[in-house]
Amino acid sequence: MLEIEIDGKQVSVQDGSTVMDAANQAGVYIPHFCYHKKLSIAANCRMCLVQVEKAPKPLPACATPVTAGMKVWTHSEAAVKAQKGVMEFLLINHPLDCPICDQGGECQLQDLAVGYGGAASRYQEEKRVVFNKNLGPLVSTDMTRCINCTRCVRFTAEIAGEMELGQAFRGEHAEIMPFIEKTVDSELSGNIIDLCPVGALTSKPFRFSARTWEMSRRRSVSPHDSLGANLIVQTKHDVVKRVLPLENEEVNECWLSDKDRFSYEGLESEERLTTPMIKQDGEWKAVDWQSALEFTANGLLDVSREHGPAAIGALGSPHATVEELYLLQKLVRGLGSGNVDFRLRQADFRADANPTGAPWLGMKIAEVGELNRLLVVGSFLRKDNPLLAQRVRQAAKRGLHVSVVGPTADEWLLPVRHRALVAPSALVGTLGQIVVALAAAKGVAIDERLAGALPTEVSAEARAIAGSLDSGRKVAVWLGNLAAQDQRAAELRLLANEIARLTDGTVGVIGEAANSVGGYLAGALPSADGLNARRMIEEPRKAYVLLGAEPDLDFADPAATVAALGGARLVVALSAFTSASLREVADVLLPVAPFAETSGTFVNTEGRAQSFVAVARPLGETRPAWKVLRVLGNLLQLSGFDYSDSEAVRADALPAEPAAYLSNRVEGVALSAAQDLPVGVLERVADVPIHFADPLARRADALRRTRDAAAPQARISPATLAALGLAGGERVRLVQGSAGAELTVVADERLAEGCVRVAAAHPDSATLGALSGAISVERI
Amino acid sequence: MSTQGMILAGCDGDRTWRLQDYLARGGYSALKKIVAERIPQDTIIAELKASVLRGRGGAGFPTGLKWSFMPRSFPGDKYLACNSDEGEPGTFKDRDILRYNPHSVIEGMAIAAYAMGAARGYNYIHGEIFEIYQRFEEALEEARAAKLIGQNILGSDFSFELFAHHGYGAYICGEETALLESIEGKKGQPRFKPPFPASYGLYGKPTTINNTETFASVPFIMNMGGESFLNLGKPNNGGMKLFSVSGHVNRPGNYEIPLGTPFAELLEMAGGVRGGRKLKAVIPGGSSAPVLPADIMMGCTMDYDSISKAGSMLGSGAVIVMDETTCMVKALERLSYFYFEESCGQCTPCREGTGWLYRVVHRIEHGLGRQDDLDLLNSVTGNIMGRTICALGDAASMPVQSFVKHFGDEFMYHIENKKCLVSPEAQYAGSNIYVSPSC
Repeated sequence: MLEIEIDGKQVSVQDGSTVMDAANQAGVYIPHFCYHKKLSIAANCRMCLVQVEKAPKPLPACATPVTAGMKVWTHSEAAVKAQKGVMEFLLINHPLDCPICDQGGECQLQDLAVGYGGAASRYQEEKRVVFNKNLGPLVSTDMTRCINCTRCVRFTAEIAGEMELGQAFRGEHAEIMPFIEKTVDSELSGNIIDLCPVGALTSKPFRFSARTWEMSRRRSVSPHDSLGANLIVQTKHDVVKRVLPLENEEVNECWLSDKDRFSYEGLESEERLTTPMIKQDGEWKAVDWQSALEFTANGLLDVSREHGPAAIGALGSPHATVEELYLLQKLVRGLGSGNVDFRLRQADFRADANPTGAPWLGMKIAEVGELNRLLVVGSFLRKDNPLLAQRVRQAAKRGLHVSVVGPTADEWLLPVRHRALVAPSALVGTLGQIVVALAAAKGVAIDERLAGALPTEVSAEARAIAGSLDSGRKVAVWLGNLAAQDQRAAELRLLANEIARLTDGTVGVIGEAANSVGGYLAGALPSADGLNARRMIEEPRKAYVLLGAEPDLDFADPAATVAALGGARLVVALSAFTSASLREVADVLLPVAPFAETSGTFVNTEGRAQSFVAVARPLGETRPAWKVLRVLGNLLQLSGFDYSDSEAVRADALPAEPAAYLSNRVEGVALSAAQDLPVGVLERVADVPIHFADPLARRADALRRTRDAAAPQARISPATLAALGLAGGERVRLVQGSAGAELTVVADERLAEGCVRVAAAHPDSATLGALSGAISVERI
Repeated sequence: MSTQGMILAGCDGDRTWRLQDYLARGGYSALKKIVAERIPQDTIIAELKASVLRGRGGAGFPTGLKWSFMPRSFPGDKYLACNSDEGEPGTFKDRDILRYNPHSVIEGMAIAAYAMGAARGYNYIHGEIFEIYQRFEEALEEARAAKLIGQNILGSDFSFELFAHHGYGAYICGEETALLESIEGKKGQPRFKPPFPASYGLYGKPTTINNTETFASVPFIMNMGGESFLNLGKPNNGGMKLFSVSGHVNRPGNYEIPLGTPFAELLEMAGGVRGGRKLKAVIPGGSSAPVLPADIMMGCTMDYDSISKAGSMLGSGAVIVMDETTCMVKALERLSYFYFEESCGQCTPCREGTGWLYRVVHRIEHGLGRQDDLDLLNSVTGNIMGRTICALGDAASMPVQSFVKHFGDEFMYHIENKKCLVSPEAQYAGSNIYVSPSC
């Protein structure tokens, strides 16, 4: 620790601190533009010049290391003179067009110009003009306003992992720009809007729609991925205008993924359901709530009477709140059925037989930075959980070695030390090999439940991965969405546990949705005699209650789901949106509030329960789903539906200590022998594209125009493509049993052989079947 | 006679630059002795300190002291860099050293590498000189073939790999940390200091950077001894120095003379002022050094302390001579344009300020000056100086301040009369278009 004096205050700071750190600690504000606590030091704006005892010149606080006994004056005459001098330089070429600038009112340059700028400019020469750049559909540019602080450049290089912006040219002609003819395509790109201290980079979807002081700022929680990013939602006249990060160092730090930030556009979608609707004789009719709810209650009672309560099934979205999922299961159980589930894309439910708890990350998100060995199995980490990937990226800079097992080698913009690129059917075998190699290296026995079915041959990749994990000090094994949706997910988890046991590490399940953990805690799981999500589709029910899910996009087998629901007598859909598939299969559409218009709770992947309140009034006749379910419960004369607010629901739904209910252990599942697909049979690899993962995101206009939202193609490795006698660019018909779709074939070197990668959750592939398993390709 | 010089002594134009010629002049004897006798590193550095050799690139920092900053016990890679990115207007000495005596630089660098335990070195050569870069590569090949650089130099266990790196012509890459960035393949922009290159240099490793002339002097110092080198010049201003004399003189060129030689003598060597005209002003140390009027300059000797006392800098030793036909406003306009054009754009005061300075001077030169422009120039330069990451901001400001200080009347004349104090006819007569017969 070093003792220094700032503006007469004594401060004790860590060795290696800068004057800026010390000032922050002392609560002294030093004006700055280029400095940002999460980015490398640039020291280029010179706004933070301060006076330091014995220094002949003013020094930049951000880049000056503290020395013992240093005396600093941040607001002395000399310091302020230097700061004012810099401010004058910053303003001479700045357009001073605040009245027409979107940043007006929330602009660091504007704010500091009040304190340090002159009343009139001494600069009487021509001003610089810089042409705008096209950075894509999310970020708008007014480059003449740029002060070249390079925060955006450093963000893309350091946080997003790929330098998509740079400063070209020299001196006064210096410009921030993307590479020629390129846009900024990172899934974290929106953060450069927050980072820009002037109005050079602003939000394209938000542009010119409101002033910051006109909007209310309300806290919320992202309803998308399993990280649960904290949000500030800004509304004007009850319309969500913009979403910004709410800083939470333990969760999202100060960042948001573009999905978190721009999905609010979906709230204004033309597909918003604004009034209850009933289908009569194939025609949709808008009705009042009373009629719709009575129709629903009567319909459910009729089915229960005629076919027994087990003919009713409930399928909730993992993006629904704890309160909603809790009431959904309560309603179904109240009717006497045990058929309820929220794990809509899951294929293997064997672990349910001996439940141990809710699968979770196995560690705190903030602890990711402490890992030094990580094995990620079957994950599209960067797109499925951009901010978790960002944490891993930063940890990799500090020495974390990342190994990957899976069918795809997508660019994660972080160093992957070892990779086993294997087809989904080989995932279990590969993890088995890693177990074998680890046990051999450690000289310990393998868990007897596994021993018999483990492979005898160990591939070089598996051995390398085992070696990497074996040399670790703090090890984690993470199962991604592809692993969780795999047909042998329980066995993968069993093996992950064994790897963790052998390396003294932890097992994590990354989780696909905002409430992948919360659904478990809320009990939205089938009763012992009930059917899980898969069986409810495989053994069609007479009546279904859907909560926030779309049959063709949100399920493990879209084609089978549409067929099962289509054949049911009654399908009740509680949804914020309408869609062709919902209109086709449903009989009642009940408009329920998306996250912005309801209160609720999400439990993120680290088991953190985060509650939020509505930030806007529900659109039209929309009602919060928990209220709709409450009224339905009352109409059905079920007990325990007398909640006055969502907090009361939460109190019933969530255990006081959620942490006690988290577990990745697997009981009663045996490792089966290898189940290779017959030679020549291709298997499907299905990712859920980042901006199509849930009904809200897939309706956000700007997100749909990003590169991440490109239409799915049939991606096949070059060798497999050659074996099939196909060439990239050909149209093919993909067939899974009776389901199929026509797509264009593309050679993909980053895909395991014998696989066809077709994204799910997209209209172009919605007619296909299961997300994994056999698929065939036919030339058209 | 001092024009014989030291580094360039015995060099005969383009004919005697090869290894055999350098060996014939006694070249590589210092390196051979050091390697053969395993002279301790400290002895070499002590010798250098005794010589009071000061960096010849412009800042004049004592070389021996700089070498002693290198953490010799650092276990990883250490680097050496030679700054041959000579881009300052008026300076043209390093290219002549590389052209006429490239092996002196190679030997100097090898000795430096030995003294500091560096295993790799780079000579960063300015991007606008091509044949010199080619020649240096050839000289490197000769030295490698003769085992004077490379692995196990002269059969010893001392190894030093030396490479030439051709820049792209940006002035800023002559700033030592921008030079390192450029070698690393990045955009040439200075780094903020601390950390200094001695602890965090090329690829983040300890690095020592010296000017071409500094390295070239090292073998001579080792041969003659530090004390003798110092005695060539004045106390605290040791040895010989190359001066690039340009402008309105009869014989512009490089003159290698002892530090402390009166300016009048140097002017005499350069053939005196062209056309017998009156000396008006001299920029004694490259375009970034403050200009000095003739009367002050004529009283100076050519060494760090004398020029500094007179209010300027010896800098790189580029002496720009201006006679009475020079319009000082026009001269400053050209200088300001150079710094405006060469600012790297990284930090605010320089990026924004150099353009401002140029535009105001441009306005004055073109008859659009305002009464308060000189105050404005002084204020703007005051806001640039000492506020930037590197010295380019200072370099852009010092000419403006000194021109305004010493030739304020001429600027005011421009502003008030919207024309030049020096008649157009006189300017034309003194311009390069009209070459005097004596040249």
